[in-house]
Amino acid sequence: MSNEEFRMERPQPLPSRNSAFYWEGAERGEFLGQRCGDCKTFRHPPRPMCPKCQSVHQEIIPLSGRGVVYSYMFPVHPQMPMFEYPLCCVLVDLDEGIRIFSNLYECDRADVKIGIPVEVFFEKTKGDKAVPVFRPAKEASK
Amino acid sequence: MSIRSGGKAVIAGIGQTEFSKNSGRSELQLCCEAIKLSLDDAGLVPADIDGLTTFTIDNNEDVDIVRSMGIKNLRFSSRSPHGGGGSIGTIAHAMAAVESGLANVVVCYRAMNERSEARFGIAHMEPNSNSTGSGSGFLEWSMPYGAMTPAAWTGVQAQRYMDRYGLTNADFAPISVQLRSNASTNPLAWYFEKPITIDDHQNSRWIVDPVFRLLDCCQESDGGVAILVTTEERAKDLRQIPVRIDHATQSVPFETETVTNFYHSDLTVFDSGVHSGAELFGRTGLTPADIQVGMLYDHFTIAVFWHLESMGFCKPGEASDFIKDGHLALDGSIPLSPNGGLIGEAYIHGMNLATEAVRQIRGTASNQVDNVEHALLAAGMSGAILGRC
Ligand SMILES: [Zn+2]
Repeated sequence: MSNEEFRMERPQPLPSRNSAFYWEGAERGEFLGQRCGDCKTFRHPPRPMCPKCQSVHQEIIPLSGRGVVYSYMFPVHPQMPMFEYPLCCVLVDLDEGIRIFSNLYECDRADVKIGIPVEVFFEKTKGDKAVPVFRPAKEASK
Repeated sequence: MSIRSGGKAVIAGIGQTEFSKNSGRSELQLCCEAIKLSLDDAGLVPADIDGLTTFTIDNNEDVDIVRSMGIKNLRFSSRSPHGGGGSIGTIAHAMAAVESGLANVVVCYRAMNERSEARFGIAHMEPNSNSTGSGSGFLEWSMPYGAMTPAAWTGVQAQRYMDRYGLTNADFAPISVQLRSNASTNPLAWYFEKPITIDDHQNSRWIVDPVFRLLDCCQESDGGVAILVTTEERAKDLRQIPVRIDHATQSVPFETETVTNFYHSDLTVFDSGVHSGAELFGRTGLTPADIQVGMLYDHFTIAVFWHLESMGFCKPGEASDFIKDGHLALDGSIPLSPNGGLIGEAYIHGMNLATEAVRQIRGTASNQVDNVEHALLAAGMSGAILGRC
């Protein structure tokens, strides 16, 4: 890979000790979530203790990858050489009841709306990592 | 009797450098100059300072200020979290230190070359002093998706609010126009004598489509600000009539994050403002009707909407009509930042709103509001009500 191509790649995530599972899963093409090992409540961003029952037992399990757009916006300025514009950033409310920040692809500008059902896929980053991103769902979310 | 007891905390001095786009000197120099001006204002000298407090994303360390200014010994020093949202937390810390007797003269400071050195409006991709210790998840959760500025992070929250209440970017224009009008008659403001029109706002370029245009964003500024807090007793023989701190507070609601506030259940509600407003009004027994000046943190125009609704000046969803009815004008029911705010005067990370609140209560501001008994300082994750002694 040339230096030029390398420079243009999406920046890789910067995992913390509490979130490493999420990004390691993404690197393998798996969309993983964290939930309480006792009361089974999902949580995001990842954290070491369940805010509902204070259990430190956690389960890392595959997420459905389905949800709806909670909000969106298109950053216009400044623009980075490692992203293509227009770039759609979204908050997605997943079926599991957690919200994540991501990008939406394969959707015309006029069709980007709050509430549209979306599904996950993955985009490569610098350093051969990957991040979960979204596109309009082929079937409606639950 | 406790070995720790102070007296009622008041603000006895304010200081600020000129606000510019290129100060031509170090942040430490701006900081020391601002603190010296607050001492001169109060009629004190550096040896009188025994406490310092600032907040995250300030590069000036207490030890450097102490050795630059000839301060003899600090008994209290703190650095509170949350960046500009926590700016008024400095007043809460100073109040707590003074009233508990931990220190007697505490200066709150913030100085930065935010335009000529480390700009907030550029893309943030690496850990640095702009990203540490502020309770924001932007580097991990937003950066790999191309959302790298405060405008982008705030924009995605704002879009949910706009969609819920059927607003467009044009509905934000009156805030920019009002603040630039205020700045145009404030000689301390960067935008002195430079008012704008609704058309100017609507013709400015998109920063975050379809949420913020350039004129929805606060400035990037160089400058320093200092607020000197001491006891009512000590202030008696000082130079200024003191300004009362009716109350000051910080607020970290469940699932609220600094700037990248994406995760609490309903983002159309400004959670930190709800909590800091309830704390300030609840403790003081005052209501929004008792406030004559609203110094509402305006890093982006939408923040004024959020503060008005969360702190009870109008009901959820009513801010746009409330603003269009003229309530925020200098002669309105709750005049907004008469100095021009962070959009019109300067962006010293929220602290120049505090100096203006003090001037308004003293009756010495350029755009002086009549009979100011109480001024509200609201920055979401922190806030204060100041009053006339
Ligand atoms: Zn649990």
